[in-house]
Amino acid sequence: MTIAFTHRQSAHCESGVTANLISHYGYSMSEAMVFGIGGGLFFGYFPFIKINHLPLITFRGAPGSIFKKCAERLEVQVSCRQFRNSQRGMMALDANVAAGIPTGVQTGVYWLPYFPAALRFHFNAHNLIVYGRTGDEYLISDPVIDKPVRCAKADLERARYAKGALAPKGRMYSIAQMPEEIPLATAIRKGIAEVATRMVKVPIPLIGVRGMQLLARHMQHWPEKLGDKQSLIHLGHLIRMQEEIGTGGGGFRFIYAAFLQEAAAVLEQPRLEILAQEMTTTGDMWRRFALLGARRCKGHNSADNTFPALAALLRACSIREEKLFCELLSVVKK
Amino acid sequence: MRLEEVPQDAAILEQCHEIAYAVDENGTYVLVPSAGWESVNLVNMQAWEVVGAQIKHALEQINNAAASPLLYHMECNQMDVGLLASYVGLTRWRVKRHLKPKGYAALKPELRARYAAVFQIPVEHLDKVPARVELPLASTSKEEDL
Repeated sequence: MTIAFTHRQSAHCESGVTANLISHYGYSMSEAMVFGIGGGLFFGYFPFIKINHLPLITFRGAPGSIFKKCAERLEVQVSCRQFRNSQRGMMALDANVAAGIPTGVQTGVYWLPYFPAALRFHFNAHNLIVYGRTGDEYLISDPVIDKPVRCAKADLERARYAKGALAPKGRMYSIAQMPEEIPLATAIRKGIAEVATRMVKVPIPLIGVRGMQLLARHMQHWPEKLGDKQSLIHLGHLIRMQEEIGTGGGGFRFIYAAFLQEAAAVLEQPRLEILAQEMTTTGDMWRRFALLGARRCKGHNSADNTFPALAALLRACSIREEKLFCELLSVVKK
Repeated sequence: MRLEEVPQDAAILEQCHEIAYAVDENGTYVLVPSAGWESVNLVNMQAWEVVGAQIKHALEQINNAAASPLLYHMECNQMDVGLLASYVGLTRWRVKRHLKPKGYAALKPELRARYAAVFQIPVEHLDKVPARVELPLASTSKEEDL
């Protein structure tokens, strides 16, 4: 059984899956649009939550939230299910495929054999679409991979029941019904308002621009506090979270700028076009941060990549983004 | 990021490409396939070096009879005691005991099979550990000046 499904590669897995599922039902949607409406952009620095002895740093919201919020705001009816028993989980997936429903599943990447070996860490919030099955193999549209791939049943089952942090527990989701009319403009406003509020208005020092400033303050003292080796590992970890596959570059800033550009046309708000350019500029600053940081990790030290200099660059990003998100709020609240 | 700035430094993605968002000459965003970025390749390598160091430490402990071969397989699969325990369906203290040579020697065949299944190896390979660290990487980052 194979569903006629169009594979479109995207930068980020969850927004790519959501966009491709919605597009399958006849409403063409870009990944950036889904990312923006679903409020995908985030910054969180939680120094007291350690994963492999490294602090939790995230550039995106909770896994699953983009699909959920996007569907809610576009008034698309969806079905989300989890199965404690892996056999029942696979049977439900088979039933969906047999009924011609392309289905999103959450997986870990460690057990996916088609994934590049260098990226196979225990990361459990990956998303892909199953659109067919031939014999013991599933046909998979994994939005971060160039082409559709095949995956043996045993491997997919393992990946769907990966253990550890953010365990998928067989989570699968699909679109149940599309609305008569999609409230695109309202959905865009809601998406922007949510992200902007989170970035500048939440009075918690760990998230949004305040989180970036806290990270900058901590980073400045990493060499004395952690020693040379550990501080480089911390820095490398931050750069990986920001750039490694799935962010579209600059910790999602470029995807978000692409979204603002599309939003400017839909809302007929030329101001958003200018703010998209500003977002591109801050994205470029994040890229510069990653480049300089990677040079330090490699041992190419210079005056512009000392820890205080890197922290200053991060702070400069946060100041610019604070202004940017405040302006975005005023545009959508009008 | 402008179109011409999209990096094409192949290494960790092997033959794959990832999508980068960049602006074209009119300032409009377009999706561009990127073979990878040297900065990312470098920090990815760094993360693997940490894994490699942990495997090396495990091998040393096994050679000194301070740990069982299970520790090697655990580190190879980037697991800690908690993660391995949840995969094999045992409590953490039992897994900890099996990580010691004495506890490992007393393992029943049924449990050995469960461990082997988690690591996706034949049961008889459970006792085997290599002399030196081998990371499961297809390619190594090419040396380029940043």
